[in-house]
This record gives sequence, structure tokens and C-alpha cells, in this order.
Amino acid sequence: MTEYALEVENLRKSFGGQVAVDGVSFSLPPGGSLAVVGESGSGKTTTARMLVGLERPDAGRIRVGGRDRSAAARGRATRLSRARELQMVFQDPYLSLDPRVSVAQCVEEPLRLHFAMSPRERRARRDELLARVGLGGREADALPRRLSGGQRQRVALARALATEPKVLILDEATAALDVSIQAQILDLLAEIRRESGVGYVFVTHNLALVRHVADDVLVLHQGRVVESGPSSRVLTAPEHPYTRLLLHSVPRPGWDPARIAADRRALATESKESS
Amino acid sequence: MTPRLLEIENLDVRLTAGRAARPILDGVSLHVGRGEAVGLVGESGSGKSVTCRSVLRLLPEGAEAAGSVRVDGEDVLTMSAARLRDLRRNDVSMIFQDPRASINPLRRIGDFVTEGMRAGGMSRDDALRRAAELLESVGIREPRAALRRYPHEFSGGMLQRVMIAGALAGEPRLLLADEPTTALDVTTQAEVIAILTGLRGERSMGLLFVTHDLELAAAICDRVYVMYAGRIVEAQTAGGLFDRPRHPYTSGLLAATPRLESDRPPRGVPGRPVSLAEAPAGCAFAARCAHARPACTRDVPARREIDGAHVACLRAEELSHD
Repeated sequence: MTEYALEVENLRKSFGGQVAVDGVSFSLPPGGSLAVVGESGSGKTTTARMLVGLERPDAGRIRVGGRDRSAAARGRATRLSRARELQMVFQDPYLSLDPRVSVAQCVEEPLRLHFAMSPRERRARRDELLARVGLGGREADALPRRLSGGQRQRVALARALATEPKVLILDEATAALDVSIQAQILDLLAEIRRESGVGYVFVTHNLALVRHVADDVLVLHQGRVVESGPSSRVLTAPEHPYTRLLLHSVPRPGWDPARIAADRRALATESKESS
Repeated sequence: MTPRLLEIENLDVRLTAGRAARPILDGVSLHVGRGEAVGLVGESGSGKSVTCRSVLRLLPEGAEAAGSVRVDGEDVLTMSAARLRDLRRNDVSMIFQDPRASINPLRRIGDFVTEGMRAGGMSRDDALRRAAELLESVGIREPRAALRRYPHEFSGGMLQRVMIAGALAGEPRLLLADEPTTALDVTTQAEVIAILTGLRGERSMGLLFVTHDLELAAAICDRVYVMYAGRIVEAQTAGGLFDRPRHPYTSGLLAATPRLESDRPPRGVPGRPVSLAEAPAGCAFAARCAHARPACTRDVPARREIDGAHVACLRAEELSHD
């Protein structure tokens, strides 16, 4: 049996009476790249939060490197080892970095938590990580407010890579960036995956992005997986009407918003009748 | 000759107050004809929003403007406060990116949509009747009941329609839209755009559409202006922009955009976008440009016409971008 970097089985979560995630399953091979696609309310963010332990699933299993992490962590050692294996990069680099902590300290903190290193080793590793994401000594001494959005997201990435995780969850990690910067970060992510063999879960609403960053794609709609498969197949020959609607909604020359609006209404009536 | 619906000529905007003093816009010129859809595209700090808001004289605090912004020949920058109020109520409307931040959460939807009409002297009953019609035209079901609801009872997409309905109340000739779909899901975006373009056609309204999304601008606009660091660097028809971008920045933006129908991975533009205040001498894009020559950093390149396109690049004639 191949061991997956990340394996998710029948994940379920409701808030109040509202089912947010309903029977979601997928797996990610070591060094693989999976995109979880959906709109607001699709359950993609709740899924990501369950993966990193920010929400507890009502039912289902999450295994990282074969180890189950569905139950609450008991004790500091378990919490730390779980955190080491799986890290997250958030959407908004203006909110995800502590404004009072310098870039150097920000990257050193996970090193201090997870590894027994001398201060000198730690500084060396920190500089290596910052160099890996294209930041130098000048940025290391700076506070986040001195940095641009793209630079901040590089810091968040260096911090996440510090624990040498098996899997990185990227929750709309490039959505807040300018297009010309987004492409730089995507390049960097591809390079890092090639070199280190870390696996990615891209949580995104941007289908055009999926084509260029993910081997496989999972389409979520109202908490359920409506379609999944290799991204090249799903994007060129989608089988589910919702996937087709998402694809047509991407603006491009010859785009017909009026038709998309009509398709969307038809799909909404259909799913109302079937439920 | 009748004046154009919107004509911005050589607009400079600068903040004058103390330490924050800095230039924001430099020599921006653009125009929108009656019933024409025009895109204004740029990244953060390009000045696209300031340009758009200047049409309603909504300038940042402590800002000074030079040049002219004329709506049907009347200069917005110099008109009286009374005329300006009238212009905002009847002639030019604006919709913003985040409807939740722009609609008072404590007032009913009906109050929001009728506010301008009531201030213009319309009776309450007439205004409410008209508001219900407007809500219906933007696709809100049971508009009568919706008038009595509060903003929190609507989803983001529905609330954005409410904002459009409110903007249409004064039957404007020009609609300014500042990233109106950026906060929405893609399928919702398509629906809101369908409503906007439909209404524009019916009412032959001019539309100035501000966005960071070149693809979106090209999909719905007749012409597109591209801004960088407080200046307009290129203006073309939407089709021309894609077929033959004339400015290295435009071509860089196109190459950086991930595309569904292309296997070519998005290519980033080195460096980061700058604002006018940070821009070095000469062409502000020169530091990021693969085609830059020493001359590029001397003078700001003048905008000139080449085969129907307007470009501000020293080497526009010799370069061809794919």
C-alpha cells in the first residue's frame, strides 16, 4: 500500500443545524498538489480548518503520513508533532503576521518550538529559509508594516516551511496579491515543491489558477464533493453541471455573463428539487 | 461639437498636508462616450480608484487637483457645492467594491434606495414604488418585501444588486463602478456583470469600470485604459489590447494572468508595483522592464498614438510584444 501524505475520509461538520461539510474524502500523495475548489459556503475553508486542527470534525478521519489526527491532541508533544507535519498559509498577509514581531523572530519561533538548535544554528537556518523565499538581511530586521503584500506572503511561507512539513495548506494564499506578484509566488511555490517534496493543498475559488498549480482537483458545492479527478481532465471535460458553470464563469474573450446567470438559476432550481 | 459625456484632461492630484505630502496622479487623461463601457485597469497604487472618484470630486482629504474633469462639458473640480450635489444625485452614480461597507446597516433597504429620490423632492409613496421597480430590474425577488428588510438579511451578491439599484435611482448618464465584483464569487460576479451590462444597454448609460482584472475589463468593455504608478500607460480597444499590447507593462500583466485556455504557466513581472510617490525619474516601469534603455530613466515618456492605440513607452514603435 502506498502511504499518502494526507488522507481524508468522510469528513463531516455542521454548525448549529447547518451542514458545512458532508462526506468529503480525498488523498494527497507525497509531494502531490491538490486543489480544493468552491465558492463561499462550499465548505472549502471549513475543510482546511479541520485539516490543521482549527475545527474538530463531527465525523470522519484525517491521516497525515499514516497517523490519525481525528481525535483531539493529548498533550504538548502530540500537538507539536501534528503541527510539524502540516502547516498553513493564510489568505491575508496583512492579518496573519504579528505587527510587533520582526521577520527574523517570526521565522525563528517555529524553529525554537520544534527543533533543539543552538542560537547560531537557528539563525543560520532562518537565513537559509528567508533566502529560499527570496528575502535578505534587510527584510529580516524589518517589521511587517515595512513590507509589501508579496514580501509578507513570502515571510508566511518561510515560517510555514520552517517545520519541514509534509503538507502545506494554502488557503487562497495568492488571492490578495497583485497579478504580477501572484505569478512570482506561484513560481516560488512550484520550485519549493520540486526541491523539497512537500505536498500542497490549494484552497481556491480561481479555476484558471488550478490548471497551473494542481495535479488533481476536488470541486465542492454546498459541502459535498461534486467532482474530482486530474485537473487536466476536470478542466477540459467537466462532468458535473456545477463544474461547467464554474468554468464558464471565468471571464475571457467571448464571455457571456447573461448565459451564465441563466445556467446558475437552472442549477439552483434543480438542486432545490432534488434535496 | 457636443462635449463628451466624461472627459478627464491632464488631471494631477497631490496630497499637500505636511508629512504625508505626495503626488498621486500625473497627467491622467481619459474619456467616456455616451453609452460606452470603458475599463480602467491597474494594480495597487496605480491611482485607478482616485481617478474614478475624482469624477464625483471625492478626493482624499487634503488633496489638491489640477487639470479638468468635465461631465457633459461642465468641470466637476470647479463647480459650486450645490451643483455638485445635484450632479451626484442625478447625473453620475458610483458603486463600490464592498456593499457591506457602503450601505448603512442600521437602515432599511428601502431607505437606502429612496434616499436620493426623497432628497430630490419626490413623495414617499412615489419613491417607494420606483424603488421596488429598480430592485426588480436588478433581479431581486419580491421587491416590495425587500424594501422593508435590513442589509444583513442579504448575501453579498444580493446586496451588491441593491447598491446598483440605489445607484440607478437618479437615472444617471454615467455609472462609475470601482471593483464592483471583486468581493463576489465567480458565478455571482457573472450575474452582477450581466445585470450591469444589460442595464447599460437599455439606458444607454456610460460606464467607467475600474478593476485589477484585465480579463474582466476586456470581456465587458469597449476600450481599456491601463494605469501604472499614477499615469496612464496604454489605451486601446479591448480586443487590440489582447491581440497586440503596446506597453511592456500591459504585456507583462497579460503574461502574469493564469489562463484556463493556455498551458503556458503565468509569468511574474519582477519587482513590485510602485505608486507615483515612489516612482523614479523617467518611466516608472523602467526598473521592472526587460526592454528598458538608459534613455527610459531620463524623461517620462509622452503618450502618443500608434495605429489607433495610445502608448506611453519610449520604444513603443520598435517593440512588439506577444
